[in-house]
Amino acid sequence: MIWNEHKETMSRDEMSAMQGHRLHKMVDYVYHNVPFYRKKLQEMDLIPDDIRTIEDIVKLPFTTKQDLRDNYPYGLQAAPQSEIIRIHASSGTTGNPTIVVYTRRDIEIWAECMARCLTAYGMTRNDTFSVSYGYGLFTGGLGAHYGVEKVGGAVVPASTGNTEKHIRLIRDLGIDGIACTPSYALHLAEVMEQLGIDKSEIKLRIGAFGAEPWTENMRQEIESRLGLKAYNLYGLSEIMGPCVSFECSCQSGSHINEDHFFPEIIDPVTLEPLGRGKHGELVFTTLTKQGMPLLRYRTRDLCSLIEGDDCPCGRKMVRMSPVMGRSDDMLIIRGINVFPSQVESVILDIPECAPRYLLVVDRVDNLDTLTVHVEMRPEYFAGADTIDAITDLAKKVSFKLRSVLSINAQVQIRQPGSLERSVGKGKYVIDNRVLR
Amino acid sequence: MTVHQLSIFIENKAGTLVGLLRQLKEANISLIAISISDTMDYGICRIICSEPMKAYEFLKDAGVAVSLREVIAVELDDEPGRAADAIGILSDEGLSIAYMYSFRLTGKGVIVFRTDDNPRAIEALRRGGLTMIREDDLSKLV
Repeated sequence: MIWNEHKETMSRDEMSAMQGHRLHKMVDYVYHNVPFYRKKLQEMDLIPDDIRTIEDIVKLPFTTKQDLRDNYPYGLQAAPQSEIIRIHASSGTTGNPTIVVYTRRDIEIWAECMARCLTAYGMTRNDTFSVSYGYGLFTGGLGAHYGVEKVGGAVVPASTGNTEKHIRLIRDLGIDGIACTPSYALHLAEVMEQLGIDKSEIKLRIGAFGAEPWTENMRQEIESRLGLKAYNLYGLSEIMGPCVSFECSCQSGSHINEDHFFPEIIDPVTLEPLGRGKHGELVFTTLTKQGMPLLRYRTRDLCSLIEGDDCPCGRKMVRMSPVMGRSDDMLIIRGINVFPSQVESVILDIPECAPRYLLVVDRVDNLDTLTVHVEMRPEYFAGADTIDAITDLAKKVSFKLRSVLSINAQVQIRQPGSLERSVGKGKYVIDNRVLR
Repeated sequence: MTVHQLSIFIENKAGTLVGLLRQLKEANISLIAISISDTMDYGICRIICSEPMKAYEFLKDAGVAVSLREVIAVELDDEPGRAADAIGILSDEGLSIAYMYSFRLTGKGVIVFRTDDNPRAIEALRRGGLTMIREDDLSKLV
């Protein structure tokens, strides 16, 4: 089934023409409503009329996560406040979250794009769907929620946590589909086995998994343990949230809703656009967004756009390969973005700690764990001599990390001089998660 | 009426204790008593030694997380029940003990502990007729 046959099966020529038209309008809109973009375009000696076709997109400036931080909170907002009906936030490196704002039409388009994803997974209005992304500032929960409602299915807003109760609901309500992170799906399978509930007792047939990288092996494991078909769901809050691209039943790449989000692949070093089939950094331009439109936003996700628009499912929308890495040092832990620099900013603010740290990421029972190693300054211990003093310090660091990262981290206090000085990128992160 | 004790924060990792002991050897410090309390990941090593001030300065300069504390060291006759008597005195005073360990000194037993109120503990122990070791007594030994 295809949710929007007209848009999803449009010929390449029609699609390009529509994208060019929308891009022109978008550039005109940001030029007149976002001082940040007007200044950038003026510096490049560009006016909106210079952007006529979708090929002209390469003339436009890039936008980075740093630009979002520098313009915190409302600097990139294009619509008047009276038109904004939703605000989401994701974590930022310096404690400043990244704010995204939505107009009513943005929310409608989000639901429309999400409905396309769910329909491609085989969901219909007869289905009951559990949304087990976190609800709240994170875009995952509400994004998937509105999509299920758009299709006409019944949403079970389970969110995360209370896994046992959730599993009972999946069994007792005969829930048909679930949207969550792939690692949470494996955790569900684990707890189900502990409860002695066999997969034959549950009816789940669709899994919409995203918000973190996963592999073909994880897909097979989830499918065999939960007895469902696992589909990729890709998105990022800066662009919209989950719904940006999705797998169809052919599962050879994820179709991008390119009538709303125009993708490019660039070389992350030279910033030169790369052709189809070439591996590089994924860049998106929003073509219809009103609240916070972005031009050529650098996602830092590394992947490629698949050659050929001849997917057997009938959709003509371009497909992206699975994301195989990042062009920065961002970690995705339980679906939450974590930058080592965030941890650094917290540690630097704690006088009892030396400015050195080590992050260790692991996957225990299919759930990501983060342990932060910090060195105690010798001067701090001079005023104390009990274990309590050390556990109190660990608690203090853990509390401060939680308020900035939005996830719980184990804190390990280390003796002075025991951590290597962070030299060069990546030295202060050990990621033990094996994407099997 | 107290003796100085060094407390050193150490990680629960192979080689950390021997590293510390070698540093003390380098400073020509003799150990009189040593005790280690541990959690899963780290511990605190408490040491009574010759020249505690010198040892403290030496370790501090080497960047070690070390603290210097005054602790009470009570001498006990080598007979059953003497430790119970000593602790009973503190208990009757309503004083609690943060940590404690013991060693032997010239035929007598010595218990070392830190309470939440050292002056009160010393006063109570003295009233109970117990002898507390002074730093001088220790330095004579080494």
